[in-house]
Amino acid sequence: MIPELGNFSLMLALMLALTQSILPLAGAARNNAAWMSVARPAARAQFLFVAIAFGCLAYSFLVNDFSVLNVVQHSFSKLPPIYRFTATWGSHEGSLLLWTFILALWTLAVTLFSRHLPDDMVARVIGVMGLVSCGLLLFMLITSNPFLRLLPAAMDGSDLNPLLQDPGMVIHPPILYMGYVGFSVAFAFALAALISGKLDASWARWSRPWTTAAWSFLTLGIMMGSWWAYYELGWGGWWFWDPTENASLMPWLVGTALIHSLAVTEKRGTFKAWTVFLAIGAFSLSLLGTFLVRSGVLSSVHSFATDPARGLFILAFLAVVIGGSLLLFAFRASQVGLGGRFALVSRESFLMANNILLLTACGAVLLGTLYPLFLDALNLGKISVGPPYFNSVFVPLVTPLLLLIGVGPMARWKQASVPELAARLKWGFGASVVVALLLPLTLGAWKPMVSLGILLALWIVISIAINVQGRLRGGGGWSANFYGMNLAHFGVAVAVIGVTMVSAYETERNVRMNVGDTITLKGYTFLFKGAQDVDGPNYKAARGTLEVSSNGKPVTTLYPEKRTYTASGMPFTESAIDYGFTRDLYTAMGEPLDGGAWSVRLFHKPFVVWIWIGAVLMALGGAMSITDRRYRSRKKGRAGA
Amino acid sequence: MKSRHKKLLLVAIAVIALGVIAALVLNAFRSNLVFFFSPTQVVKGEAPRDRSFRVGGLVEKGSLVREKDGVTAHFRVTDTMQTISVDYTGLLPDLFKEGKGVVAEGRLTDSGVFVATQVLAKHDENYMPPEAASALEQAQKAQKTLVPPPESK
Repeated sequence: MIPELGNFSLMLALMLALTQSILPLAGAARNNAAWMSVARPAARAQFLFVAIAFGCLAYSFLVNDFSVLNVVQHSFSKLPPIYRFTATWGSHEGSLLLWTFILALWTLAVTLFSRHLPDDMVARVIGVMGLVSCGLLLFMLITSNPFLRLLPAAMDGSDLNPLLQDPGMVIHPPILYMGYVGFSVAFAFALAALISGKLDASWARWSRPWTTAAWSFLTLGIMMGSWWAYYELGWGGWWFWDPTENASLMPWLVGTALIHSLAVTEKRGTFKAWTVFLAIGAFSLSLLGTFLVRSGVLSSVHSFATDPARGLFILAFLAVVIGGSLLLFAFRASQVGLGGRFALVSRESFLMANNILLLTACGAVLLGTLYPLFLDALNLGKISVGPPYFNSVFVPLVTPLLLLIGVGPMARWKQASVPELAARLKWGFGASVVVALLLPLTLGAWKPMVSLGILLALWIVISIAINVQGRLRGGGGWSANFYGMNLAHFGVAVAVIGVTMVSAYETERNVRMNVGDTITLKGYTFLFKGAQDVDGPNYKAARGTLEVSSNGKPVTTLYPEKRTYTASGMPFTESAIDYGFTRDLYTAMGEPLDGGAWSVRLFHKPFVVWIWIGAVLMALGGAMSITDRRYRSRKKGRAGA
Repeated sequence: MKSRHKKLLLVAIAVIALGVIAALVLNAFRSNLVFFFSPTQVVKGEAPRDRSFRVGGLVEKGSLVREKDGVTAHFRVTDTMQTISVDYTGLLPDLFKEGKGVVAEGRLTDSGVFVATQVLAKHDENYMPPEAASALEQAQKAQKTLVPPPESK
C-alpha cells in the first residue's frame, strides 16, 4: 500500500510541476497576474507530494519491505536501521528521487524568500525550475521507478554495497545534491532574465545569495566525498581524479567563476552576458555530472545501472536543457548590453583573469574525463587519463589563480593604481618569498613544490591581513560580504598548505607484520599485536590491533579491520586512523599470511586534515557572505545600479 | 583612439594567454595518456616498451604466488588466448581474486614480465572492469573469426 501511495504521489507531483511551469511562464509572458500567482502554491504542493513519495520509499526501506524491487536490491534485513535509511538513496532510482526532492526543496525556498522580487521574475524562476522538475519526474516514472514491486516478494535483500555502509553516506549525497541542484536556482534566474530581457545589477543581487549558497553546499559535499574516499577506500588518498570526482569538480570550478563574475555584474553592471553563460554552464555541468555518474557510462561505485534507455533519456534531457538554454542565450544575449568600461589594471580585469583560469581548469578536467569516453564510444581504443595529467595541468593553472587572490580584492573597481597596489603589498610578498624559501629547510628535504605551496598560502594570508587592516583603519564597518570573502580565501590558503605538505612529505609502508613485530615511521612505532575474529551485525571481520607509541610513550591503539559481508560475500578493508592537527596515522589490513602474520599498510600523513578544514572554511565564508544585509532589502521593482 | 588601443592590447593578451594555456594542457594530455592493451596485443608486440600502459583480463586460476615478504605477488593475466606474467609489490585490492577480472598499470620489461605499479579490481563483486571485459571479448571474437592457431605450439 505504501509504495503505491508513493507512486501515486510522484504522478501528482508531475501534474503539479507541469502546472507550476506552464501557467506562471505563460502568465508572465501575457502579464496575467492570476496565472503568475499560481507559481508559489503549485511549487509548494509539488514539494509536499515529492516529500510524501520520498517518505514512502524511506519507510519501505526501514520496515524491510522485500516486495519492493529497489529494497531487495539495495537492503538487507540485518542492515542497521541508519543504513537502511541511507539505502533510500543508495540506488539509481532512489538517488533520482533524492535529487527531485532537493530540487523541490530549493523551489520551496525560492517561494519563501522571494517576497522582495517582482512578480514576473518570481513566476519565471519558479516556472523554469518546474520544467526541470518535470523532466526528472518523467525520467523516474518512465525508466527508473523506485516503487516497482517484486512478485513474489523476496525473503531477504542482497545488501547495500559495503562502501556505502558508512556514517559519511548519511550526509555526503544530500549535501552534494544540495550543491548540484542549488545551481538550478542560478540557472532559473539566468533564464528568467533572458526571457524578460531585464538583466541589471538588481538581478545580480537577487541571484547572488542563491548561487553562493549552492556553491557552499557543493564545496562541503565535495569535501565530504574526498574525506570519505580517504578513510573508506583504504588507499589513503584524498583525491584520485576519478571521473566521478571530476564530475563534481567541474560544476564547482564553473560555480566558483560564477560567484566571482556575479560580483562584477552586481557592483559594476559589467560581464552580464558572461555571467548568464556561466549560470547556464554551472547547471549544465551539474546535469552532465549526473549523467556521467548515474547512467553507468562511468563504471565505479557511484554508477548503479547500465540501462541504455536511461542513458538515452538523460542524453535527450541534457540536450533539451543545455541546447534550449544556449539557444535562448544566443538570441537574447546581444540585447543584454555591455555595461561599464574598465581599465587594463582593475578589479574587473583581475576577476576576468580569475574566470579565464577557472574555466580553463574546467576545460582541462572535461577533456581528461570525456576524451576517453569518446574514444571508447567510437571504438578507437581504450585509454585512461590518470593523475599525472591533472596534476601537471593544475599546478600551472592554479598558481596564478592563487596569486590573484592576493591582489584582486585590493584592486579598485574600474581603474586600479599599480604603484598603490605595489606599495601595499610589496612587504607582504617579500616576506612570503623569504619564509617560503627557508621554511622547507626545517621540515627536512627542501623541495621546490613545497616552497611554491608555502609561498602561495602565505601570500594569501598576508594579503588578507593587509586588506582587513586597511578596512579597519579606513573606518569600514561590518560587512558580511567582505569578511565572508576573506574567510573563504583564508580557507583556500589552509587547503593549499594541506595539499602541499601531504603531497611532499607523506610516508607509506606496505609490509608483512608478524605478531610482535614493530615498524617505525617518522618517529611513530607501530606494534602489531595480531588479529582477532569479531562479528558485526551483517559482517564478520578480522580485527588487527596496532599499538602506536612515540619515544616509548603510548600514543594510541588502532583497530583496522578486514571484513567479509555475509549477504554479498564481499571482502572489505576498514581502515583505522588516528587524526591529528599536524599529522594522521593511517592503518589498513592487507591479507592474512602464514602464522598469524598479516600484510599491513601504514601511512604517516602530515597536515592532511588541513585540506578538509580549508574546504569547510570556504563553505563557511560563503554562508557568511549570504547574511549580508543588502540581500535582504525589500525594495520592489528595479533598483538602480 | 587610446581606449581602442587598450582594448586591442587586452584582447591580444587574452588570446596569447589562452594559446599558451591550451598548448600546455594538450601537451600534458598527450604525454600522460595511458593506453590499454589486451594480453594478446602485448604478446604480439603491439604494446610500447618505453612507456607505461594498462593490461587487463582475468587473473589465471592457480597463478597467484606470494613471496615471503607478504607484499610481493606474481600472477598471470589472461584473455583466454594469451597470457602474460605480472609482478606487483604492494597490497592487492579487496576484490582481487583468481578467475576474476583485473586491470594492471605498469611497464613491460625486456624479459616479457609486466611490472605493475597499480592493480585495479573494481568495487563490486559482480562487476568486471570494462577494459578487462573488452580484452576477453576481443579474444572471443578472434577465436571465432580467425583461423585457429596451430595446435602443435
